[in-house]
Amino acid sequence: MDLNKQYTPRTWPDHPETATMEGKNKFVGFWLLLAAETVTFASLFATYLALKDKGPSGMELSASQLFELPLVFAMTMILLTSSLTSVYAMYHMKNHNFKAMQAWLGITVLLGATFLGLEIYEFNHYVHLGFGYTHSAFSAAFYTLVGTHGAHVLFGLCWFIALMLRNAKRGLNTYNAPKFFLVSLYWHFIDVVWVFIFTVVYLMGVIG
Amino acid sequence: MAHDEQTTERSQTEYEFLRRKRAEEMRGQLTSFAMMIFLTLIAFTAVAADFSPYLIVPIILLLAAVQVVLQLYHFMHLKEKGTGMIAFFMYSGMFVAFITILALVTIVWW
Repeated sequence: MDLNKQYTPRTWPDHPETATMEGKNKFVGFWLLLAAETVTFASLFATYLALKDKGPSGMELSASQLFELPLVFAMTMILLTSSLTSVYAMYHMKNHNFKAMQAWLGITVLLGATFLGLEIYEFNHYVHLGFGYTHSAFSAAFYTLVGTHGAHVLFGLCWFIALMLRNAKRGLNTYNAPKFFLVSLYWHFIDVVWVFIFTVVYLMGVIG
Repeated sequence: MAHDEQTTERSQTEYEFLRRKRAEEMRGQLTSFAMMIFLTLIAFTAVAADFSPYLIVPIILLLAAVQVVLQLYHFMHLKEKGTGMIAFFMYSGMFVAFITILALVTIVWW
């Protein structure tokens, strides 16, 4: 396989992400990883549900006092939109439009970075209220769950940026198409996890 | 890897057909995005409206499940052909995930 092979929209395969054996293997392997990640997050969700509002007696700052919906709503909308922009990127990837793909990936990265910025702001705010990692079993479970998701967002951003820079001059071919496709799958998975975080942690937290 | 891949030049008709097919797919993706936004709005409004938790919790969990199905089958292309193995991985993962949550939560609550 020539790593710098050039294609035109006319010669570009219909499914470039699985056009090579390497691409096919990556695709299956990556879904195996996502299935394992589902279990990782499940154990963190289970810990959170078990330890929600638990801590030393007379503990202040329970979930219903702490969480505020407007910020979470904004974060949800931003991450959901970034999921759509990466779908747009893959649409242009399949049409072999490299520039448009890079542009949509860039927008995705900006939205993801905004999300991460809001999350850092939120954590910082809680810490100033006295809700640090060691405040209670509840705070430890909360920060571990939401923080692991945040770490995934950060990793995804680095992955996007690395691929965009490394392939900026190479253009799009069947060597790097699977790479772009997988990072967008990863990004959707992050959004899937967030759907459960905003439902189970924030919405069910506000209800009490 | 030693083997070279074959490249074939498409005819103009075939090329235009594929482009049109992808544009249609993209419109479908936009529809599922609109539905995701709508489901999220319902979930947040239901909580802000202050109904009984026994009513809201099952509803928002159901909305989350529907939204995840949309993500998996549309955005992550599970609805396409030849994804049986992948779906098997994912459903196995979800099954273990469900057992994990059930086990930990029941240990603590009972």
